[in-house]
Amino acid sequence: MADIAQLKNLSSQVRRDIVRMVHAVNSGHPGGSLGCVEYFVALYNVIMKHDPKNFSMDGKGEDLFFLSNGHISPVFYSVLARNGYFPVEELKSFRKLNTRLQGHPTTHEHLPGVRVASGSLGQGMSVAIGAALAKKLNNDKSTIYSLHGDGELQEGQIWEAAMYASANKVDNYIATVDYNGRQIDGDVDNVLSLGNLKAKFEAFGWHVIEESKGNDLECVIAVLNKAKGETGKGKPVIILLRTEMGAGVDFMMGTHKWHGKAPNDEQLQTALAQLPETLKDY
Amino acid sequence: MKKYTFTEKKDTRSGFGAGLLELGKQNPDVVALCADLTESLKMDAFAKEFPDRFFQVGIAEANMIGMAAGMTIGGKIPFTGTFANFSTGRVYDQIRQSVAYSDKNVKICASHAGLTLGEDGATHQILEDIGLMKMLPGMTVINTCDFNQTKAATMAVAKHHGPVYLRFGRPAVPNFTAPDQVFEIGKAVMLNEGTDVTIIATGHLVWKAIEAGEQLAAQGISAEIINIHTIKPLDEEAILKSVAKTKCVVTAEEHQMHGGLGDAVAQALARHLPAPQEFVAVNDSFGESGTPDELMKKYGLDTVNIVEAVNKVMKRK
Repeated sequence: MADIAQLKNLSSQVRRDIVRMVHAVNSGHPGGSLGCVEYFVALYNVIMKHDPKNFSMDGKGEDLFFLSNGHISPVFYSVLARNGYFPVEELKSFRKLNTRLQGHPTTHEHLPGVRVASGSLGQGMSVAIGAALAKKLNNDKSTIYSLHGDGELQEGQIWEAAMYASANKVDNYIATVDYNGRQIDGDVDNVLSLGNLKAKFEAFGWHVIEESKGNDLECVIAVLNKAKGETGKGKPVIILLRTEMGAGVDFMMGTHKWHGKAPNDEQLQTALAQLPETLKDY
Repeated sequence: MKKYTFTEKKDTRSGFGAGLLELGKQNPDVVALCADLTESLKMDAFAKEFPDRFFQVGIAEANMIGMAAGMTIGGKIPFTGTFANFSTGRVYDQIRQSVAYSDKNVKICASHAGLTLGEDGATHQILEDIGLMKMLPGMTVINTCDFNQTKAATMAVAKHHGPVYLRFGRPAVPNFTAPDQVFEIGKAVMLNEGTDVTIIATGHLVWKAIEAGEQLAAQGISAEIINIHTIKPLDEEAILKSVAKTKCVVTAEEHQMHGGLGDAVAQALARHLPAPQEFVAVNDSFGESGTPDELMKKYGLDTVNIVEAVNKVMKRK
């Protein structure tokens, strides 16, 4: 495991990748991507047992991750590339014709690291549960991870899946909610409030862990380790991870307006000035 | 003209159940998921024999489709089971994104398709499912005609990598195909050779096409009858070869005229061999409550309708 300083450097570079990717094609979703950098870095560089150099769809013996809120593909692509799933150079092709880095992640172009398409929201928890059950059938002791937007929880399929997972003791599975409180039309509380999310998941029979510092790398690593400690106990586990949409770029924080908007040239420079280049830019 | 007989009537869904049980014995990677319709789908024998590989998901079809997609990751071959309406329309986006676009090896198995579901009425009688499924890139669409063919198809789709929609139904219908048949996905079955007209039928309309062929023979009309169990990919070669000879065609299916087998045949003919065609299908309408026989009669899906369509199309040659 890399030390924390190295991981923080990686996080800064991932943030640079994100804003440069969306700027280059004047489209994509920087806000949620920036908010989930620590989660992805912690998961792929510390927590998961995985094999970037030999990607296989089945991932036998590996921990698997499913991104349900597919629109935050920039952070996913950057972390996959920086882990060696595909060349970092390929980030240049994001959202361009003939790319493997489609606007929303897909298996269709055979990008290593992606195991299911996502974009239409609410489907990833079901897929993750299926993969978790396949692991059990195969006597594979690995863990399944998934990430969901908080706005995404307004989709009914999430609750079908949540009900199934606890009723059937899918306990080799850790879901995480990117709990940033914002969605396209504004604050989640104003669009359609989730109410008491902790109580809701507890009522659905999950082991719920709250983490208020979702952009503090050490806290994220700690909470994921804590969640791992709760697997195998007969309950699915969910982390409600409080993050800041746009984290790391001052003018993108505190608003929902950067959910799906790219910075212009000047804004890009302002953002990059706040994010040291620690590895090489692609 | 070949004469077809049968010793008993059986439901096609039971053919699925029998095929699934057999598959369970043959292939440990086969798993089954059902949304609270285990007995209706005849999945109970599999569930009893292989409880570890049977997943009762409750009345939550969207979750079922997503779970099935996830189970393929790790090498499982999931068969999902519910009524055709809940297998397609209700979960179209889940099938589109998590299964078809993601190229997952899921077999979507749908019973109670069409009007012959009967008394439950139009909410449950989906007549659009073939169209919905055949529009999805990479989806194989199969609609079987009797017990034996459904059993053979169930076993065949497990060996095919990729998403499949397997459509069958509720009523007992003549079981006339061979129990030891080899089911070839995408291959039309020639039931009777003829020279005056081609009748292309799928599902429950296949037996009615055979009956129509006998009545037409009595009128001195030689009908070539083709059983299309795979609507996508369509065996265009067999269809074009037949229509090149007969110069006209009638398609017959328990489905909307828009989007079904008839559409697929018309498209093939328009591109390669334009020919007069008549459609025995539901004409832009929902179904209703009634017995299967009453409904097939009222909505024009009976033997007599095929005979009438043949007489009409032959005049257009």
